[in-house]
Formats: sequence, structure tokens, C-alpha cells
Amino acid sequence: MADYIAPLQDMQFVLRELAGIEQVAQLPGYEEASADVVEAILDEAAKFAGGVLSPLNAIGDREGAKWHDRAVTMPAGFKEAYVQFADNGWNGLSCQPEHGGQGLPKVVSAAVQEMWKASNMAFSLCPLLTLGAVEALELCGSAEQKDRFLPNMIAGKWTGTMNLTEPQAGSDLAAIRTRAEPQADGSYRIFGQKIFITYGEHDMAENIIHLVLGRLPDAPEGVKGISLFIVPKFLVNDDGSLGARNDAWCVGIEHKLGIHASPTAVMAYGDNGGATGYLIGKPNEGLKYMFIMMNAARYAVGLEGLALSERAYQQALAYAKDRVQGRAIEGSDAGVPIIRHPDIRRMLMLMKSQVEAMRALAYTVGAAHDTALRHPDAAERAKQQAFVDLMIPVVKGWLTETGIEVASLGVQIHGGMGYIEETGAAQHLRDARITTIYEGTTGIQANDLLGRKIMRDGGAALKAAGEMMQATLAELEKQPGEEFAAIKAALGRGLAALAEAGSFIATNAAKDVRGTFVGAVPFLKLMGIVCGGWVMARAALVAQARIGAGQGGDGASFYPSKITTARFYADHVLAAAPGLAYTVRHGGASALALSEDAF
Amino acid sequence: MKVLVPVKRVIDYNVKVRVKADGSGVDLANVKMAMNPFDEIAVEEAIRLKEAGIATEVVAVSCGAANCQETLRTAMALGADRAILVEADVELQPLAVAKLLKALVEKEAPQLVILGKQAIDDDANQTGQMLAALLGWPQATFASKVVVADGRATVTREIDGGLETLELPLPAVITTDLRLNEPRYATLPNIMKAKKKPLDNVKPADLGVDVAPRLTTLKVVEPPRRQAGVKVADVAELVAKLKNEAKVI
Repeated sequence: MADYIAPLQDMQFVLRELAGIEQVAQLPGYEEASADVVEAILDEAAKFAGGVLSPLNAIGDREGAKWHDRAVTMPAGFKEAYVQFADNGWNGLSCQPEHGGQGLPKVVSAAVQEMWKASNMAFSLCPLLTLGAVEALELCGSAEQKDRFLPNMIAGKWTGTMNLTEPQAGSDLAAIRTRAEPQADGSYRIFGQKIFITYGEHDMAENIIHLVLGRLPDAPEGVKGISLFIVPKFLVNDDGSLGARNDAWCVGIEHKLGIHASPTAVMAYGDNGGATGYLIGKPNEGLKYMFIMMNAARYAVGLEGLALSERAYQQALAYAKDRVQGRAIEGSDAGVPIIRHPDIRRMLMLMKSQVEAMRALAYTVGAAHDTALRHPDAAERAKQQAFVDLMIPVVKGWLTETGIEVASLGVQIHGGMGYIEETGAAQHLRDARITTIYEGTTGIQANDLLGRKIMRDGGAALKAAGEMMQATLAELEKQPGEEFAAIKAALGRGLAALAEAGSFIATNAAKDVRGTFVGAVPFLKLMGIVCGGWVMARAALVAQARIGAGQGGDGASFYPSKITTARFYADHVLAAAPGLAYTVRHGGASALALSEDAF
Repeated sequence: MKVLVPVKRVIDYNVKVRVKADGSGVDLANVKMAMNPFDEIAVEEAIRLKEAGIATEVVAVSCGAANCQETLRTAMALGADRAILVEADVELQPLAVAKLLKALVEKEAPQLVILGKQAIDDDANQTGQMLAALLGWPQATFASKVVVADGRATVTREIDGGLETLELPLPAVITTDLRLNEPRYATLPNIMKAKKKPLDNVKPADLGVDVAPRLTTLKVVEPPRRQAGVKVADVAELVAKLKNEAKVI
């Protein structure tokens, strides 16, 4: 399998020119993130991803995590790689400096996370879950809890998990049954079973800090009665040393379609008298705390769609240049590398253009999140937060749905060899398949987009985003040439389609809620495609300006390629926008017309 | 003991090198650059000497354009204590670099200069040797093992047909081969700290060195593409071709 080489040039381009890393570095608290430091960080992360994590990707897929006697053995090399990862300080990149983090911006973390995910998605889930648990403690934990747990978690000596799901409580967390009984010493005894616990058990770190949702004895029914608890695998003594083994055991791991090296644990709490747990924050507020982190988790899963697309593209591209098969369609004396065939070229461009659009959109939203957190002006913070809230379901839903499509194209380009596991193309597709499911399925994202992000504010945030994108349209107007005319026309049609579908939703939902929500996922895709067109248009404008300023360089193809790629995106991807808008407006009735008996 | 480690900024080894259309050189516009891999090994060896308590200070040096600073920051992220940039916008050939380094050695008085045996761009393999000659210091090139003790360096070097071990009194110049060590990855905290380590900037004129190129590049071309082979019917034809066409037997 081809090794992963981080696309540093495009990453730097997006960070600098589209996400505005220099402005982010001027926000209070982000002074360390100067352009040269960010470049050095990305360079080194690229080396680590390519040199250490990428070579373990196929091994992890083949060997998988192994369960035996309530313990999990990781595939060969994973523990060593994890220890090196933690020793090199990568775990704490975006964590708060008070407990040993580096406090770098979210958008820098996004670029670095893209590399971990692309080089070895199954590995990357361990630090990702730790980061989620760290953020929960940073936001909601007591000072004593922070001091006790955060330094070792940020250093990566201990890892973290999020325990939400139970067999009867998946997308519907109101059905959670795990119980917490108060003890005289202020701790709790936890009883219950949790499933789908990513890295719930493994042998890479000395302790695992589980964050567990459960109910207190007097808790109200439903989502208003859920509390959040810290349940360490090994109890932590007052001096910080590890104490007794807690009654929290992994009783099995799942056999999955992909991410084989990531142990998906079934966790049993309290089978032997009760697991010791500590309440985080206030009673019955657990779900609220979880939702604070939901944006970060959903954003991170969106990055997985981007990352796996990049990896699949690199592999397909290498194969397409190498594999000689068939004569050229216009005639040739001998066989040609398949990249010369028009349809292979079309598929490679579909992969490349969507990868670049996804990256540009994801980093743009990441930088907006940093601005929303740190900008000195409250009005600007609120404006950016509204944009982030609107875009999170799009980043999660559109990037992951597109990720599966792109990984599937990667298999297609390999032909029959893509269906053979040894080539490695199929692994990316199998690994990508979970991303539209966990942290809220695409359907849940689309419902969130319609219900909470558009209908609730009467479409105000959507309208503001539309206006921002219209401004880019005006800039495209000024550019001469066929490429920009085509990009402008496609973006114009896309924005019109988005506005039309958006106002349909805002006005029609009250009349026909079921019919409107049939169009939820088509609308999410429409929004993703149009936003992708917007960032690609911005990229083309920057590229044009750089070429105009003579920065193209002799034979350097990056900027001209960017314009061509934006044009391709307009012709092949953005062109679908009006069709999706049609479906949103007219597709409701037929989806719901049949009686259930007629199926 | 102070150790001086010269490092060169070169085209990244992952990049597919392209020759400029006018044949004047290699196209470096928008191309990823990195530290010469042999120099990374030199930096690693110097840091190990420091970690072993043998070296007290590691100073990285780079000669070239202003953006060589990035390469020096990399060296400091790996563990070098400080850095010196000799900033020059002209092409620097090995003799000029050796003279600049000699001037710096006289200023800094290191006991050991350790550098890559060659840079992967020009593959000149000259700078270390020239520096040793200019300084009148002993040299050990192509090191695959370095032991420093009691004011002497014992260097195992890779030669045709085996290994040779040399012992040399310090101060000395050592050039590194690939198998000397495996360079570490920089840690994130050290990357952040590298920004705050001192980086001095000097000009060749400050060191009194004339760096004007002595050699002129006439033309740079890509290697000829390999031609497709032919099939031979039998051994006799093969031998005939080797004899008459290839003229190798």
C-alpha cells in the first residue's frame, strides 16, 4: 500500500489564504501560533504521521484489536507508536496550558488531526476520545478533579472514553438505564452496561478514564435525569499514584466492518459490587455537558471524512499513474497508464476537487470557531458562533457522506484489484463507512440543521452565510476568462438553489413537518456542495491573485491547478445543486405516500 | 565541549525534482524544503553527545538565504541550544561554505564539528573535508559510529569492503553516514520552545569571507529516460547483441 504523505502545500494554502491563520494568531491567547511555528508543527506532524502511524495502518486492519480475559491486546506496534505519540507531546496540542497543554488554536489542531486520521484512522480515535474527555473535564470538572486527572490525560499517560450508548439507548439517550448510587464519602457506585465504547479497553496506556452517563436514584425521567460521572479503570490515590482496580470491565469487543484496530468495547460497570465513580458538575446536567462537547466531536468526525478521502485519493492516484491497461481512446501504439483514460481522469478529479473543497470548508469553520471563542468583540464572537453552529452538521454530514463516495471512487479506480484487500484501497472505504453513523447519523445531522439551526432562528444564520457567499460571487464577477465565468455561473445557481430550498424549509415546515424533513438530508448535501463551491471559488480567486503577482514561479503548477480544480468542481459537483433543491421542494409527498403495508 | 553542527536546507527528499525549462537549474519555486537528511543525523549525534554529558552545547549553523532559519529552528526543535545563520543570497559552493564555517569555528571554538557527509541536492561530498583542511584539523568521514572520550574521537567509518576504525584527537571534523543513528522526531513542546532559542544572523562580509562562486553551471538536464528493452529469441542472439551492439563482451 502507498504510504501517506501529508498534503502540506494545500494545508498551508488553506490555513493561510482561506482560514486566515494569521488573524487567528492575533486572537488573545493564540500568540504562539505564528505562521512559522505552525509550519514547523505541521512539518513535524507530517513526518510522524508518515513515518510512524501510516506504516501501522494496514497491520492494524489485518490484525485488529484482540479481546481475551476482559482485556484487549492491540495490534503489533500500536503500543510503541502510542507511547511515542504521547512522549512527543502531540496529545496536548489544543489542551489548556494550565494542565500541560500547548493551547494552540482549533484550526491548527484540525490540520494536525487530519494527518493522524489520514495516516491511521483507527489509531487516531484513541487520542480523539481522550481529547473529548479532557475537554469535558476542562469545562465541567471541579478544580480537584482537574488536578487529579487532567495532567496525565493531557500528557497521554492516561486515555479517556465517552460512555453514552446502551443497548436500548443509541440515538435516543433518554432511554439510559445505568444507575449511580450515592456513597457516604461523596463518591458514587455505578451499575450498568455500556456498548460501542471506543478504546474502552486497551494496553497502550497505564490507566483509562471513563466518562459515563447514568442516573441518580431520584433523577427525573428522560433526558433531564442524566448525570455525568468519572469512572477510572484504576482508582487514583491522593498522591496521584494508581490504586485499586475499579469494577469497570471490558466484557467483549465488537467485530466491525472497518477501523479494526480500534477496540469497540462492551463495558460492564458494577458487576462485582459497584464501580467507583465521581459526579462531574451538577446532578442531572450530564446531557448538557455532553452537548457542549458535541460540536467538537462532530467536527472531528467530519475531519475523518476529509482525511480518509485524502488517503484514498493518494492511493488511487499512485495506482492510476502506475497501472498500464488498455490503449488510449483516441488510439495509441501501446497500453497506457490508466490515468490517460477520460473516465479515470474524471474520477481522480472528483476525488481531488472534493478533498480540496472539504479541507477548505473544514479549516474555515475551524478558524471561525477559534474566533468565536477568543475574539475581543462580543458581537463578532456571536456572529462567528452562529456560523459555526450552522456549519457543524454540514461539516459532519457532508464531509463524511462525501468521504464514503471518494473512498468508493478510490476502489473503483483500482478496478478488480480494489476489491482485493491486499491493495489496501478497500480499507479506506470500510474505515470511512462508520463516519456517517457515529456521533449522530447523517439523518440526525440533517434534522439538527433544519430543526435547531434554520427553523429555530427563522433562517437568520443561513441568510447571513448566504450573504457572505454572495460577496464572493461579486468578486468572481471582476475576473476575466472562461474559468471564472463558469465558476461564477455555477456558484450563482448553487446559491439561488440554496436560498430557494432554505426559504421553502422555513415556510413549509409548520405546514408539513414530515414532508419537509424528507428533504433534510438532500438539503444538508445541497448546503455542503454549495459551501464547498464557495470555498473553492475563494481558493481560485487567491490563486489568480498570486499568479497575477508573479508568484506562480517557473513550472509551479499549484496555483493554476487550483483554478482548474475549482472549475471542475463547479462543472461536476456544484452543478448538482439545483437538482437537490428540486428534491427538497418536491420530494416529500412521494416519500411518504405509500402506506407502511405497501412496503 | 561545544559541538558545531552545520545543516543545509535542501529540497525535500519526497519531492519529485524538476529541472527548470531553461536548463539553468532545479525548479525550487513552491517546492517543499527540508533539512538535508545526513545533517539530521549529525544533529541527532550531537544531541546524543549532549544527553550523554559529553557535549555541553550544540550550536547549529546554516549558510544560505533567510529562509534557512526554518532549518535552524528544526535543528533547535530537535535539541540544538542555539543557531547561527550566515545569510547570503548568492549560490554557495562547498569551498565558500567551508570558509564560512572555518571563520565561525575560529569565533566559536568548538571541539567538534559534525555534519552530513554530503547534501542530497548537489551530492558534492566536499564541505567537511575542505573545512578540516582549512582548519588543519583531523577528519573522519562517513562515520557509522562515534565514541568521544578523553579528548579523542573513535570513529568507525564505512569503506568499500568493510569498516575502518580511526582514532583522532579533538578538535576534529566528523561527517556522518546513514547508519550512524536514526534521528528522533521533534516533540511538540520542543517545536514551541525552538522559537524562543537564540538565532544569530551574520553576513559573509562580517566573517571576512568572499563567497563568490568559483564554478559556473553551464546547463542542468534531467537524466535520459530509460528506453524500452527488446526481447531476444535465444542465447546466441543475446551474446551477439552484447558483443556487437553493447560492446561489453
